Amino acid sequence: MQALFENYLAVLLAAGTGCILVITAIIGAKLLAPYSPNREKATPYECGMLPIGRVRTQIHVRYYVYAILFLIFDVEAVFLFPWAVSLVQAGEVALYSMIVFILILGFGLGYAWKKGALEWK
Amino acid sequence: MTVAEVVFYLLALLSVIAAVGVVTVPNVVHAALFLILSLLGVAGFYILLSSEFLALVQVLIYGGAVATIILFGLMLTGGRDLPAVGPGAQWPLALLVSGALVVLLLTAVLNTTWPRDAGEMTLISINTLGSVLFREWLLPFELASLVLLVALIGAVVISSQEERES
Repeated sequence: MQALFENYLAVLLAAGTGCILVITAIIGAKLLAPYSPNREKATPYECGMLPIGRVRTQIHVRYYVYAILFLIFDVEAVFLFPWAVSLVQAGEVALYSMIVFILILGFGLGYAWKKGALEWK
Repeated sequence: MTVAEVVFYLLALLSVIAAVGVVTVPNVVHAALFLILSLLGVAGFYILLSSEFLALVQVLIYGGAVATIILFGLMLTGGRDLPAVGPGAQWPLALLVSGALVVLLLTAVLNTTWPRDAGEMTLISINTLGSVLFREWLLPFELASLVLLVALIGAVVISSQEERES
């Protein structure tokens, strides 16, 4: 039990240091940087051209498929963690069941690919 | 106070402030970012309760994927700036309902006799979890992939329909 927390001490330290770093950077920028806002600076950046529309535009629904794909393969990654750790113990069955699992999801990816959901038109 | 208690109260402060931020900031994208912070705080609680795997799931699924879905959902719906939402005509009713809920929850919390000591925590390592998952719960595990497949195909079908209509 104690060993577990000792492992996470490094995580805690990294998180704390990261927070301090960001906060000091923001405060330092506030203190040191000259501040002179104008209209041009507030416009959204669009590769140097004059921007079209507002900052919050409605993105195409095609992006949503990418988000769903990311979600699904994220869930797969979650299953991969205990699988990778216990592969030696659980033996061949675990190996083949994970192959089946990935194949089923790979079929889904192939379907999305075939339907042209990943294509850029 | 022990170190664990200090960490607990820091995490609680972080999660509660972030959760209050979710419902109070006017910008809905900022609210989504606060939600991520709150969810990551909950992941810290899981580590404190020595369930590493649950913390991993919390960070990967909630802090990563669900947050992405929420942000994408916002970008899909936000064609124009959303109107500012203030208290509407129903606020007395809302006050009544939420007040009743507070009273109900407080009486429930105060009348319950909580165990003083949770006893020794049993550490379930990812290793044990994995071998149990792949020995005894193999079929539900494979079924999970089918559920994910259905979600994937559904998303592809719906988005291709939308594209044809537009």
